[in-house]
Amino acid sequence: MYFDFTTAFVFLVVGVGFIAIALVISRLLQPRHPTAVKLSTYECGEQPVGQSWIQFNNRFYVIALVFLIFDVEIAFLFPWAVVFKNLGLFAFVEALIFIGILLVGLAYVWRKGDLEWDKPQTGKYAREAAPELYREVPAPAVSEAREKAMVGEMA
Amino acid sequence: MRELIDALLHSETFFAKLSPTLLTLIFMALGALLIVLVLALNALIAVYAERKVSAWMQERLGPMEVGPRGILQTLADTVKLLVKEDIIPAAADKRLHWLAPFLAFVAPCAAFAALPYARNFVFANFDIGVFYVTAITSLSVIALLLAGWASNNKWALLGGMRAAAQIVSYEIPAGLAILTIVMQVGSLNFNDISLAQDGGIHHWLIWRYFPFNLIAFLVFYLATLAECNRTPFDLPEAESELVAGFHTEYSGFKWSIFMLSEYAEMLLVALVGAALFLGGWSSPIPGFLNTGAWGVLWFGLKGVVLILTHMWLRWTLPRLRVDQLMHLSWKVLTPFSFACIVGVGLWMLA
Repeated sequence: MYFDFTTAFVFLVVGVGFIAIALVISRLLQPRHPTAVKLSTYECGEQPVGQSWIQFNNRFYVIALVFLIFDVEIAFLFPWAVVFKNLGLFAFVEALIFIGILLVGLAYVWRKGDLEWDKPQTGKYAREAAPELYREVPAPAVSEAREKAMVGEMA
Repeated sequence: MRELIDALLHSETFFAKLSPTLLTLIFMALGALLIVLVLALNALIAVYAERKVSAWMQERLGPMEVGPRGILQTLADTVKLLVKEDIIPAAADKRLHWLAPFLAFVAPCAAFAALPYARNFVFANFDIGVFYVTAITSLSVIALLLAGWASNNKWALLGGMRAAAQIVSYEIPAGLAILTIVMQVGSLNFNDISLAQDGGIHHWLIWRYFPFNLIAFLVFYLATLAECNRTPFDLPEAESELVAGFHTEYSGFKWSIFMLSEYAEMLLVALVGAALFLGGWSSPIPGFLNTGAWGVLWFGLKGVVLILTHMWLRWTLPRLRVDQLMHLSWKVLTPFSFACIVGVGLWMLA
């Protein structure tokens, strides 16, 4: 068993080494002329507005929780599946109960609309995103010189 | 591989004089290097193939300039990428920005250690091989999320978040589809699973317990396609809305490492699919070239065919919307894969 895990570890190390060597070679061959504009964040040619490390509603919170539960469930089912042939009906019924409980959970989440991208806006299951999830990002201060330059470009 | 090393140690050759530990480590490293080379070659050929396939499907010629029929195009592109300037945005988190490509490549690369390449030939013959592969490939989620976050770019962040939600969602049906196979074979060892399908195309697990295994295969195929972020599931890098998604702020060779990893992952899921459902290294015709090293040929061929279907789908289907993506995973594939487990279980008991 140690042999197999060592092999896997050697694969990890060689993978890292390959990337490192490739990046070092690339580093030696490439030109390096950084400028402020080149190093600015790409926003389709516009002036970048604020940071991207902000709070936003990514809508996947509940899905992440559901995933966690199902993933643990699958991890539990793997050993069951390996010995299923030898255990027969009793183990099958037990697994069915186990899966059944989780399926009830899935049905609940489904019914509540948490698997939807567009949350229902009206009715019993209305879900609106909390307003504090959308914080206003303060506009960046554009210097006078830059503004003049922009006007100049347009003219 | 272990047997090979043992044989060398007890032979009369030069190898017997080396210390066993050293020899073992050298052989492991050589095996890993071989796989890394195969992955690099795979990306070179697959990128060319993909461009040609797309061109032919759209009645274009595709790359034609570099070499005969453009065959050296990707090689030239690699050289170009190698000498391009690596730009890290001033606002980015530099350390994490560097870390992401490493993680993205290492995850599929390490998984290749456990695949069955031929009868009794595996680099790491894990008893828990299938579990190991599913576990280590999940690392790629972290790589994409890290790339998106570290760039401090809005497109990248959205792409990274989408990648996380998508890969995480599709891991469930993929894992459940794998479970149906594990139930039938009673082992997590890839070689045992391939051995259970030996002896021709009619022994492949995809046909057994019809239609449950066929459905499980389709679920597995779609879910792994989504885990590779391939069209129609390429939302994390949807170029028409997110510029380039999680790798918007990556340039030069670091960018190409993400491409390399994507193609490595395609090869990985194709080979895992072949090993689980399509007979692994065994020949489709009973008794025909079904010995020893021929297994590598059959295994590789099955992988290539599956990759070609990935490409075919990519240039046929339009991209899904995010809500359709979530719908497909949680409301279609997951219930179907549960049905497969129950169906196969009942059939086995009957």
